[in-house]
Amino acid sequence: MPTPTDAAGTQPAPAPSSSSPSNPVIEFVDVEKRFGDNIVLKDLNFQVARGERVTLIGPSGSGKTTILRLVMTLEELTGGYIYIDGQPLTHENRDGKRVPVSKKQQKSLRTRIGMVFQQFNLFPNMTVLENIIEAPVHVLGRPKKDAVAKAHSLLEQVGLPDKANAHPTSLSGGQQQRVAIARALAMDPEILLLDEVTSALDPEVVDDVLNILREVADTTNVTMLIVTHEMGFARDVSHKVMMFDGGHVIEEGRPEKIFTNPDQERTKKFLGAVLGD
Amino acid sequence: MDFFEDWPDYFEVVINWSDRLLEGLWTTIQLTIFGGALAFVIAIVLGLLAGSSSLWLRGPARVIIEFFRGISLVVLLFLLLYVLPQLWMRNPDLPFEGLVRNTFLLAVIALGINYGAYGAEAVRASLTTVPKSQWEATTALSMSWPHKIRRVIFPQAWALMLPSLTNLWVHLLKGSAIAYIIPFVNDFTFELNNLRRPTDIWFSHAFIGLVVYFILALILTLFMQVLEARAKNKLGRGPSLREIFSPDPKTTPPDASLPDPKDMTGPGGGPKQPASGAGAHPGGAR
Repeated sequence: MPTPTDAAGTQPAPAPSSSSPSNPVIEFVDVEKRFGDNIVLKDLNFQVARGERVTLIGPSGSGKTTILRLVMTLEELTGGYIYIDGQPLTHENRDGKRVPVSKKQQKSLRTRIGMVFQQFNLFPNMTVLENIIEAPVHVLGRPKKDAVAKAHSLLEQVGLPDKANAHPTSLSGGQQQRVAIARALAMDPEILLLDEVTSALDPEVVDDVLNILREVADTTNVTMLIVTHEMGFARDVSHKVMMFDGGHVIEEGRPEKIFTNPDQERTKKFLGAVLGD
Repeated sequence: MDFFEDWPDYFEVVINWSDRLLEGLWTTIQLTIFGGALAFVIAIVLGLLAGSSSLWLRGPARVIIEFFRGISLVVLLFLLLYVLPQLWMRNPDLPFEGLVRNTFLLAVIALGINYGAYGAEAVRASLTTVPKSQWEATTALSMSWPHKIRRVIFPQAWALMLPSLTNLWVHLLKGSAIAYIIPFVNDFTFELNNLRRPTDIWFSHAFIGLVVYFILALILTLFMQVLEARAKNKLGRGPSLREIFSPDPKTTPPDASLPDPKDMTGPGGGPKQPASGAGAHPGGAR
């Protein structure tokens, strides 16, 4: 039974209908998303454990990106529940009634989630450094000195130590995306959402960006939800791959299993098309 | 050319009347600055409200905008000057009587709300031109609404709304001429009317009036273009002010943080650079 959300500091309530023994960091319960009459996701149930890296694959229009956008609260959830650390993100089930959670709770959960977008979405009115420290300083209230120090070390990590004072528009796409990764990591997210982060990049810089993400995966315990068409990357970093079609998970499993010996004909066909056999 | 025969005498009149003309000019400048400042504040507030997703904020804002956009400036002035004071005549106990009798203030208010309503449309439109992806990035960083507006959305919309605001401000300057009908507000047009009597209407209005209003409008426009160039440069588009005003653009040190050859607007290129669109990369050299 879900507990009422009185304060943000309460113990993470055990997620309702959670059959998993460990507390999942993301849980979808009967999620439905419709745009008008168009149902994109229906009866979607899945869990992501802490530190787990899950890749969503499937044809475009299968709802993968919508899932990330629902977790980031960029789309309105039209049915069901999403729990972050066991707490309802947008709506909660109160005695069978679906009621919205407080803005405060939503915000406190959202600060644990970071997202990197296909089109980078850096703020053009700020320098690279300002892009990175803006939210840590003004949202999390961290001292500016600490935020700047962390920003410099993140820029080091993404291979752009000398770009702190550059304007985003003067950077190449690959460089902008690396800054965007640094900006998301500067918030110390528990969950990192990667939405086709290499799709807008020139082929020769795709690997630079993916290598940075591989390193993040190797060196941190951040939970990742990934939408990508880079199957090699998906195979390297993910613990679990979920194949989507028509708003449903049609198959899921370990990457080596899905990529080499999928059970479903649909998965085989999709992978054949993507890998270009 | 007997048309210009009397003009040497007319110029003498101008010199004799220069105190009054300058006073009128000063009044016009004050109307333009205070009216413009009030219009700006109204435009920002109404523009933000009209762009809100909440019907409770958007609805009233729209009604106010449409009302004050639709109302003629002359009618608005008459309402403020002659209808509003009736309230105080009937209820002498009402406070702020001094304000209602301050005709200069009423002129500023009329200009401010009339042009502010126009400006609100420019503000709202430029806010919607900021890509949705920018709003999404602010949500992904958990910024509050005032925070995202102040630090991310508005600075980008600012560069887009400046050309419209420049137009409106020049309109307001010229619209302020209507103040000559207001008692005790002796603006430049009022003094031109006085000047007409010892001279003629060609000299006073078609020459002095034309030249002075034109120069005032030009100064406003140049000032706003500087703001626009600065705003664009902050978005990483176009040269910095130092580059623009540098006598020799070649000697300006290139920005160390910009290794790429930037699109250099040549000497005298001034603030009018090509609007390079929302593209991520600066456009090619011209």
